[in-house]
Amino acid sequence: MKNQNTVFFVRKEFAPSRPAPASTVGVLGWIRNNLFSTPFNSLLTVVVGGLGAWSIWGALDWLIFNAVWVGGNEACKANPNGACWTFIGTRFDQFVYGFYEKPERWRVDLVILVLFVGVFWTGWEKAPARRWAGGFMLILFPWIAWGMLYGGIFGLPIVETSQWGGFILTLVVSLIGIIVSLPLGILLALGRRSNMPIINSTCVFFIEFWRGVPLITILFMAAYVLPLFFPTGMNFDQLLRALIGFAFFAAAYMAEVVRGGLQSLDKGQYEAADSLGLSYWKSMRLIILPQALKAVIPGIVNTFIGLFKDTTLVLIIGLLDLLGMVHAAIADPNWSIRSVPTTGYAFVAITFFTFCYGMSRYSRFIEDKLNTGHQR
Amino acid sequence: MTERAATTSILNNSEFRRILYQLLIAALLIYLGWSIVENTIANMEARDIRTGFGFLNETAGFSIMMSLVPYEPGNTYGRVFIVGLLNTLLVAGVGVVLATIVGFLVGVMRLSQNWVVSHLANIYVEIFRNVPLLLQILFWYTAVLKPLPGPRQVFERNTEIYFGISNRGITGPEFILLENFSFTTWTILLGILFTIGMHRWSKHRQAATGQQFPVVFVGLGLIIGLPILIFLLSGAPIEFTPAKMGRFNLSGGITIIPEFLAVLLALALYTAAFIAEIVRAGIQAINYGQTEASRALGLRNGTTLKMVIIPQAMRIIIPPLTSQYLNLTKNSALAAAIAYPDLVATFAGTALNQNGQALETLAITMTVYLSLSLLTSAFMNWFNSRVKLVER
Repeated sequence: MKNQNTVFFVRKEFAPSRPAPASTVGVLGWIRNNLFSTPFNSLLTVVVGGLGAWSIWGALDWLIFNAVWVGGNEACKANPNGACWTFIGTRFDQFVYGFYEKPERWRVDLVILVLFVGVFWTGWEKAPARRWAGGFMLILFPWIAWGMLYGGIFGLPIVETSQWGGFILTLVVSLIGIIVSLPLGILLALGRRSNMPIINSTCVFFIEFWRGVPLITILFMAAYVLPLFFPTGMNFDQLLRALIGFAFFAAAYMAEVVRGGLQSLDKGQYEAADSLGLSYWKSMRLIILPQALKAVIPGIVNTFIGLFKDTTLVLIIGLLDLLGMVHAAIADPNWSIRSVPTTGYAFVAITFFTFCYGMSRYSRFIEDKLNTGHQR
Repeated sequence: MTERAATTSILNNSEFRRILYQLLIAALLIYLGWSIVENTIANMEARDIRTGFGFLNETAGFSIMMSLVPYEPGNTYGRVFIVGLLNTLLVAGVGVVLATIVGFLVGVMRLSQNWVVSHLANIYVEIFRNVPLLLQILFWYTAVLKPLPGPRQVFERNTEIYFGISNRGITGPEFILLENFSFTTWTILLGILFTIGMHRWSKHRQAATGQQFPVVFVGLGLIIGLPILIFLLSGAPIEFTPAKMGRFNLSGGITIIPEFLAVLLALALYTAAFIAEIVRAGIQAINYGQTEASRALGLRNGTTLKMVIIPQAMRIIIPPLTSQYLNLTKNSALAAAIAYPDLVATFAGTALNQNGQALETLAITMTVYLSLSLLTSAFMNWFNSRVKLVER
């Protein structure tokens, strides 16, 4: 009992911490945790990873390493196991401008340049006068671009829309769809939430109709039936009719997205706007829409992406957009080589992928920025 | 006094304004509708276009390369409509099944702990989602299936072919079910019924006693194993007639045309990318506390997924999933681009070009798609109200 105190051992200092086991840290640990944690996981890694590596390597080999970059169609005939990029090279102008007259192509270049500068300016948060750039792009630019492309203003010679084609047509169709669909979609969404029965049911009918039918049938309708609806003698060209159909289709989809935003707002916001004595339009413009639209920016961008992809459908009614141009060029007997169709489609796919993926990354970025909290 | 009159002006009465706005809109709509009808009638008369649906009973006179019901060029436009509709429903139905399987697989892969698996699934989703569907259809058709060697290069002359792939599509034998096959059919039906009953019984038993019953294995045995046994016992009552390679061409057998395959592949793979995203989002939306709670109860990973996560995730997944199915059905109209004989290609395409009655033809076509989407949204509303969280 007496010497009990002396047998107690009290450690005075902390034991030095040992490093984590080598198998759990560093590259090795990461590999072990993420790739080979269980037998099943290891099997999965080997099988799926092997398949993935094999197909990615095959695609890269075909697209880049084994591809034909210089020479004419003879070079492509000689090498059937690689992409034939010279085909794209020789037809590139046609893929971008369609049949737009050569001396007038600077107009297209200018429009595309302004478009890209404008979009980046509007999209880049820290840009000065961003609001003005956005307003310009949404309100003034479409008219100027149409004037530049079609001609007839500033003494520019007229280029008929039947000569438009390729990438520029893709841009025109998608931009018109996007620019018309936003304001029209907002109006339709507001109408759908209105408590006036006639306005409400009109909007519901309009939205459900355009969303319920495939875009192709709408384009067929625009091509064959729409001319019958207008007074005799009044006729639009093929492109304009397709644009009308496309814009309505786009507006219906946009309306549903905007409606989602309107519904997500707390009722208190509406009541607060009312209690301030704001008129309907003022409360919408100052209180409701800024919040609602902000909440659905990802949805709006997703709709844009969908519309951009859907522009390819105009080829079915005979308008040659980028895909249509490439599809038509593939049929050229001089280029009837095994690798040409795949190369052509790969070119279009890469173009669309770049734009769509870029847009979706941007929307993800905005989403992350607006999404504060609630994240695990 | 005049000021008061101004503030109580009838124009400031909200009830009056509501009615006024609606009357204005209604008048505008009526005017628009009336002028469209007027113009259409005038234009049709001027261009000598027939009206009415009488054309449905007229002879179509063109052949269709694939039909599920007997069809020959002497049949009517009404028959063409049926053939096209069935072809649309076929490609959409098979596409939905395929897209669901691939989509769920990829969606689960994206959530995998395995870095390789989740990133490959991500690459798949991004590539297929960001490339236009029409391009994918054209790619499968023009770049993959059409350049395959022709039957004369693939098959030797006068051989019987049980399975073969050429630029004519996939060729297989035709089969006839003999009389005895009905035993197998009945066994399958009984097996399904038994399995449903067993599932209920085992659920009750588990709730009462906690004992589990291997429903999946026994069920698979009943639905697949037993019928195979009966099939073999009854003398394998199925007769195959293989396709035959003649001098120039294939004859007999069943051929799945490349147009169908191209549309099916493109639709399924494209939609699967969206379904994968829906599945991932649905599973991720379940609060992590649910997983933690079920771990705390001692449930294993598989049981957690089956009993806790998936039932809740389904509530989130099903509504967007149905709208993807609907999109797939509407997108199947793109088959017209490669002349797969669906509703749009045959009825709103060839038939329309022949008889020139665009208004009626397109109205019928649009009505079909419209009713499909209304049916789908009706289902969605019903489902939503069924699984809605019952909140206090």
